[in-house]
Amino acid sequence: MGLWQRFTLIFKSKASAALDRAEDPNQTLDYSYEQQLQQLQNVKRGIADVTTAKKRLELQYTTMQQQVDKLDGQARDALKANREDLAREALTRKAAVQAQLGDIMTQGQQLEAQQQKLIEGEKTLAAKVESFRTQKEVIKAQYSAAEAQVRISEAASGIGEQMQDVGLAVERAKDKTQQMQARANAIDELTSAGALSDLTGGGDDIDRQLQQISQGSQVDDELAKMKAEIGQGEAPKQLEPEPAAESEEKPA
Amino acid sequence: MIVRLLGEGQFRVDDAIIARLNELDAEIERAVAGGDEHALWTGLQALADVVRTNGRRLSDDELTPSDAVIPPEDLSLDEARELLSEGGFIPDAVAT
Repeated sequence: MGLWQRFTLIFKSKASAALDRAEDPNQTLDYSYEQQLQQLQNVKRGIADVTTAKKRLELQYTTMQQQVDKLDGQARDALKANREDLAREALTRKAAVQAQLGDIMTQGQQLEAQQQKLIEGEKTLAAKVESFRTQKEVIKAQYSAAEAQVRISEAASGIGEQMQDVGLAVERAKDKTQQMQARANAIDELTSAGALSDLTGGGDDIDRQLQQISQGSQVDDELAKMKAEIGQGEAPKQLEPEPAAESEEKPA
Repeated sequence: MIVRLLGEGQFRVDDAIIARLNELDAEIERAVAGGDEHALWTGLQALADVVRTNGRRLSDDELTPSDAVIPPEDLSLDEARELLSEGGFIPDAVAT
């Protein structure tokens, strides 16, 4: 059996398994309608969840893009400080993050398409539920119990399929956001390792060295600016007041 | 017969397209066996296109069950493999 036949078989068996049928046709109709309304709410909630998760990922993506820029800046600073080894390391990390970002972008586009489809699916489901509501009154009023069973069975399978369809779409979109979240978290860990070791004062961490170089060059820049402002470019360096707070050396 | 394109809607098509669907299905199975996700997507898209171009879309308020269901066009290789082996990728109940 091929892929689409297999898909049809499984899809339809699962869709009909989700439907409950009571003995009394009228009861089946009302119960089924209640079930449909509830599923419609579930689908709406599912879509809202996916939308929230997607927004969170978009924010995270922006942060990672900033990390790429930061690594780029650090590489430049390292080169200025004649630390080619550190510049190379920063650029290597930047390339790794960029590659991951590309993947996330592709997945994000797929997610976008899925999201659009499930919004349309929800609209279709709402239309079918409304149609079911009208038909159930007609069936109740006009058909004998035996005829009603056949009609109910048809209508319920038709709507069961739509519930299964949009339910599956929500499920897949949720999976996709989770996969993307896991990837984004992994990248976050990769790039924030340095920041953590800064706090614990870790010795030879490369991120810390990169940070020191960029802080160092920032200090140099500020120093030069202050010198220019005060107009004492030629003053002896040892007597220059330190703008950074880390120095505890004071003149005796 | 009625064909459902997953995530898109139902179409009324001539029974004769089954032969074409099966031809494309063979290509899809080769793509899955060869681990070629791009070929899988091309195949699934062709499958859906056959239905779209040869069918007429049912209105949203029709409650007719489908005779065939075509998987989504962005089905991943993993999902397709699962489908061909166990079929476990479709959840038992509608998502909550």
